[in-house]
Amino acid sequence: MTALQVTWFLLIGILIIGYAILDGFDLGVGFWHLFAKKKSERSAFIHSIEPFWDGNEVWLLTGGGALFAAFPPVYASVFSGFYLAMMLVLLGLIFRAVAIEYRDKVDSPAWTRAWDIAFAVGSVLPSILYGVAIGNVVRGLELNALGDYTAGFFALLNPFSLLCGLVGLSMFALHGAFYLSMKLDGEIAAEARGWATKTWYVFLVLFMVAVTMGLRGGYIRAWDGVDFKRFIPMATILLALVSNSIAFMFNKKEKGKGAFIASSCTIAFVMLSVATAVFPYMVFCTNDEAWSLTVSNSSSSPLTLFSMLIIALIGMPIVLGYTWFIHHIFRAKVKVHKD
Amino acid sequence: MDAVLLARIQFGLTIGFHYIFPPMTIGLGWMIFHYNNRYQENGNELYHQLAKFWTRIFAITFIIGVATGITMEFQFGTNWANYSRFVGDIFGAPLAAEGVFAFFLESSFLGILLYGRKHVSQRMYWFSSLMVACGATLSAFWIVVANSWQQTPAGYEIIEKTLASGEIVRQAQLTNFWEAVFNPSTLLRYSHVIMSALCVGTFFVLGTSAWQILKGRHVEFARASMRSAVVPAFAVIMLTMVVGHHHGHQVSQTQPAKLAAFEGLWETGPNAPLMLLGFPNEKEEKNDFAIQIPGMVSLFVGGSFDTEVQGLKDFAPEDRPPVAVSFWSFHLMFYLGMWFALVSFVGVILWLKKKLTSYKWYLWAATLTVPLPFVANEVGWIAAEVGRQPWVVYNELRTSHAVSASVSAGEILASMIMFGLIYTLLFCLWIFLLKKQFHKGPDPIEMTEGEVA
Repeated sequence: MTALQVTWFLLIGILIIGYAILDGFDLGVGFWHLFAKKKSERSAFIHSIEPFWDGNEVWLLTGGGALFAAFPPVYASVFSGFYLAMMLVLLGLIFRAVAIEYRDKVDSPAWTRAWDIAFAVGSVLPSILYGVAIGNVVRGLELNALGDYTAGFFALLNPFSLLCGLVGLSMFALHGAFYLSMKLDGEIAAEARGWATKTWYVFLVLFMVAVTMGLRGGYIRAWDGVDFKRFIPMATILLALVSNSIAFMFNKKEKGKGAFIASSCTIAFVMLSVATAVFPYMVFCTNDEAWSLTVSNSSSSPLTLFSMLIIALIGMPIVLGYTWFIHHIFRAKVKVHKD
Repeated sequence: MDAVLLARIQFGLTIGFHYIFPPMTIGLGWMIFHYNNRYQENGNELYHQLAKFWTRIFAITFIIGVATGITMEFQFGTNWANYSRFVGDIFGAPLAAEGVFAFFLESSFLGILLYGRKHVSQRMYWFSSLMVACGATLSAFWIVVANSWQQTPAGYEIIEKTLASGEIVRQAQLTNFWEAVFNPSTLLRYSHVIMSALCVGTFFVLGTSAWQILKGRHVEFARASMRSAVVPAFAVIMLTMVVGHHHGHQVSQTQPAKLAAFEGLWETGPNAPLMLLGFPNEKEEKNDFAIQIPGMVSLFVGGSFDTEVQGLKDFAPEDRPPVAVSFWSFHLMFYLGMWFALVSFVGVILWLKKKLTSYKWYLWAATLTVPLPFVANEVGWIAAEVGRQPWVVYNELRTSHAVSASVSAGEILASMIMFGLIYTLLFCLWIFLLKKQFHKGPDPIEMTEGEVA
């Protein structure tokens, strides 16, 4: 395994973490959308993510492109293996995008209502499916000698992966509630803090059950000759629990920004625990370990990884600049107008 | 139906639908920048109004481009896993670069363009408008890089890789990044695509505004819109045709089978004829009812009637692209281009006489032209992609070897029905909302305090 390959494993991880933190909050807002009772509140929910969500979704596109470029066999096996699940993710993302843009375009309650439902469903569906997909990657897949997934759609719906789907949903819902409490004012912000408190317990329980199942299933993969490797996922899980508790305390003290930042760290640590548990595998092959797709046997050529590293080194600071800039411009709280 | 055919139909339908929208947003993006720029320069409220109105049209269109674009990036992996494995070393990088260098730029500044007028200075707003247009134009660059590499691969070698299971697979491996990016067709195809996108934008503004005048809606505003679009429309269609000519020449050098299919040329030899109309007959390897000009293809390819041009019979039947589809889509694109040149040329003459919006017949001609640049883009793309067949990577990988082994025909059929329903709905919504915006027309000019209308 070369340094370049490990670097790209980490860079893909960073892109996925960036996506989970950024699109995570607007997927979470989508989860809460139908819980808001007033029309004015639902409008405020949409306004709170309107300038950001599209840029957030670009993290997914870039992450997908980077996975394709750096680890083509992994991209090919996972995307084709999860075919129907991927199509449902697309269904959700398409309706969600159009809903955000179109719901205000016609002055009719039925029109807005239909798009509100599309927005909520389009947010919940991907949130669950991302978790299911990650659960299956952690668990390992049945592959043939060419790396094609062989077990079919229903084998993806195993208990551990479905649980991971719920972990994903609750994680984004919690993150979205923190975001709303930071971004909105008054009554609805207080309500969001209440949602966050309740969801916090749900997420904690689901996450701990998933961790337990993962440990009992032996999903922390061994790395030949590196004994301490198995402690790293444990450490990141601990850090996730710590930052999650900090988020809870900030929320109690009505410090929305602090809670949101701590929650972002929680997501990062949760994703890191997945990445470090799986490493040095990318797709563990359950029927023949030797057929697994690993960081060392599935990467692109050194020249491609190097060229892409240059692109990343030039591009990523600019991207972080845009992200900061747009959040700076739209830093003001979103007001809920009276109905 | 077999999985390969279904996967091809699904990819064709989803990308064909997607390709309605980005060219329009590239074209409109630059028109909107032009309006914001004029407003910045001279403070004329009319340009402010123009910018605001066309930004609303842009937003409705842009979102469908985004929503259907995600599908495209996923589909290489979901439906074309073996293709992804074969080309991943080269093809993935431009997709990632597109995200990093173009989509982030476009989406961040679009947030400001749509929702940020009150949050930023006029200068920053102007800059955002420029960045949105640049972002859209750059994203087309990276996707054309990827597609051009399929057409004219360069900067690579084919290696045999032994998998952990002992299976041996063929793969393309990068040997020179810049040769792969700037492969023989990249720049010509990119220029052609961008110019055609500008055609869509300019002819859309021209034609929909003519329609507004015909219907007596927001007439003064529509006249201003028409006047702003007619010269750009003429300029970009001329450039499209010039670039198209050079691109055609390049195809004759790099993909001779494709050129032969475009021209319906069966026999190899000098004095190759240009078929204006006719029906390529693939069974009997000849053209029925052909109307042709002798020697024109030779002249076009090599500058002389003596230039030898390869015909389809030079290629084994299994290596030929579908001739009729290639021929018809290419010719339809070509004739539509001629029509656009005529419409915009007449428009420029009328504009010089200050009679652009005076004649009903011209307004009707411009109105009926609105959908045609979209059609020209679609058939141009069909010509480019069908002409590449039976290869997915020209002369290296056959389309039939590129699909996902783990996806069944039934699964593809299910997803295809899903896309069919969603995309039909999206198209109807798009047309409905566009119509609504045209009825509503521009925002009234904002009066500064103390001014009375």
